[in-house]
Amino acid sequence: MTRVLIVAEHDGARLNPSTAKCVTCARALPQAEVVVAVLAADGAAVSAQAAALTGVNSVLRVDHPANAHTLAAMWAPQIVALAKGFSHVFGPSTTFGKDLMPRVAALLGVPQVSDVMAVEGAHRFRRPVYAGNAILTVETPADMTIVATVRVASYEASPGGGSAPVETASPAAELPQHTRFVSVSAGSSDRPDLQAANRVVSGGRALGSAENFKLLFSLADKLGAAVGASRAAVDAGYAPNDLQVGQTGKIIAPELYIAIGISGAIQHLTGIKDARTIVAINKDAEAPIFEVADLGLVGDLFAIIPELERLLSQQ
Amino acid sequence: MSRILVCIKRVVDYNVRVRIKPDGSGVVTDGVKMSINPFDEIALEEALRIRERGAVQEVVVTSIGPADCQQQLRTALAMGADRAILVQTDGAVEPLTAARTFLALARREQPELVILGKQAIDDDNNQTGQMLAALWERPQATFASRLELKDGKATVTREVDAGLETIEIELPAVITTDLRLNEPRYVKLPEIMKAKKKPLDTLSLQDLDVTPSQHLKVVRCDPPPQRQKGVMVKDAQELFSALKKKGLL
Repeated sequence: MTRVLIVAEHDGARLNPSTAKCVTCARALPQAEVVVAVLAADGAAVSAQAAALTGVNSVLRVDHPANAHTLAAMWAPQIVALAKGFSHVFGPSTTFGKDLMPRVAALLGVPQVSDVMAVEGAHRFRRPVYAGNAILTVETPADMTIVATVRVASYEASPGGGSAPVETASPAAELPQHTRFVSVSAGSSDRPDLQAANRVVSGGRALGSAENFKLLFSLADKLGAAVGASRAAVDAGYAPNDLQVGQTGKIIAPELYIAIGISGAIQHLTGIKDARTIVAINKDAEAPIFEVADLGLVGDLFAIIPELERLLSQQ
Repeated sequence: MSRILVCIKRVVDYNVRVRIKPDGSGVVTDGVKMSINPFDEIALEEALRIRERGAVQEVVVTSIGPADCQQQLRTALAMGADRAILVQTDGAVEPLTAARTFLALARREQPELVILGKQAIDDDNNQTGQMLAALWERPQATFASRLELKDGKATVTREVDAGLETIEIELPAVITTDLRLNEPRYVKLPEIMKAKKKPLDTLSLQDLDVTPSQHLKVVRCDPPPQRQKGVMVKDAQELFSALKKKGLL
């Protein structure tokens, strides 16, 4: 029997769209029963949102003051206690899931399949390796619980409209005292979230400065787009780390991705492979980004950005 | 003596364009340049800086893999590690096996910190550090971009999707490194000569009572689907029109 426990990602008030994508992945398993675990200080709102996702059979709500922050050392023993009777335990392949799920797997003494991009059976999955330059098909033992992280860019979010029951749970787990949350400084804004946005405007080293990088924000606002950055731009201090797109940053799949002044290192390309349409603007006609771009424009970005903005304002 | 254990992995070099074997059993690694996983190099650099500040006395570097891993361990010794331990095996090493091996070494060496890369750039698993912390029943701070040690505690800034998160953990603990923690030093020739004389011990998995798990069976390795090269436009106006035509604006 296939029973999937999905660990919900949320900020205490809102369910992260990554969870709805995990549900879609879990639904690809044959005859799966899907249960979402919501660990929070007060999980009322988030549990209701999880219960409304199509494809969810039930929600386990675990309220505990220690769950106010997503500390893997606190959450993992609780999930291990909840995981009894489940054949699969899934989390998103975001920094939240990447931090937490291997700790769960090790406590269960079972393997983890990272970045599931396709389900080929209850124990057969496809996942990218080498920055997406090779795709492995792996099989896991049928007699063992499987922990997996779901590559969220590979899945559409499961829609709302469902009404699964919410049960409260109090897993018996000893919580460690050795880890404390101090603070989080979100570089966020009122722009769309990079991982959920339909449109993304991304900048690279060619922007030349943090000041110039702001040109992208202006263009993105005209498009209603999120802003991303290459590793080079983040390393150079033009953009904060949470904007980084690529192998070690965020893997995204927007409808429209506009890469400006990004040469297109393979580590960056792996983060945008699933974008529907890629636009590249670069002064170097030989830049590798043009090999994957649907629309390419060779030219001076400092002339092209204002021109694009002007055209967008006129429409 | 207080020490840091750094775990490094031998991987296909960052700059190599990987090729899939014709029989689909994996990627070509014969005759390909191999290096220390870049995230592990950052881990080693951080450990060396902590030792240079006097916060620990010794940096021990370890790797699991074939005899060829000695090359990467020698490079690590040339960077400044004090001694090296190779856990030699020719078989595939799953993250759970790596974590069990590092756990055995942590129990032997009693480090204040184990530092390793957040992921290896070959299998991109991003598991070993977290698994080690779980088995060791110690704190973990993954994706570290800043690390401060004081009074038996570490304050770690982590690169998370929302921005930067800071946590405080008690030592001993496991840290996994992100790219912006530091910039690793270059190795100088005299250091390479000196490194040849530094101790490099070889152990087997049996010596550490570790039975390698074989849970993840690779059925096939395929190239990814390729994107087709698109069309070039000549100016912003043409780009704008093309996007409109595609219904994207």
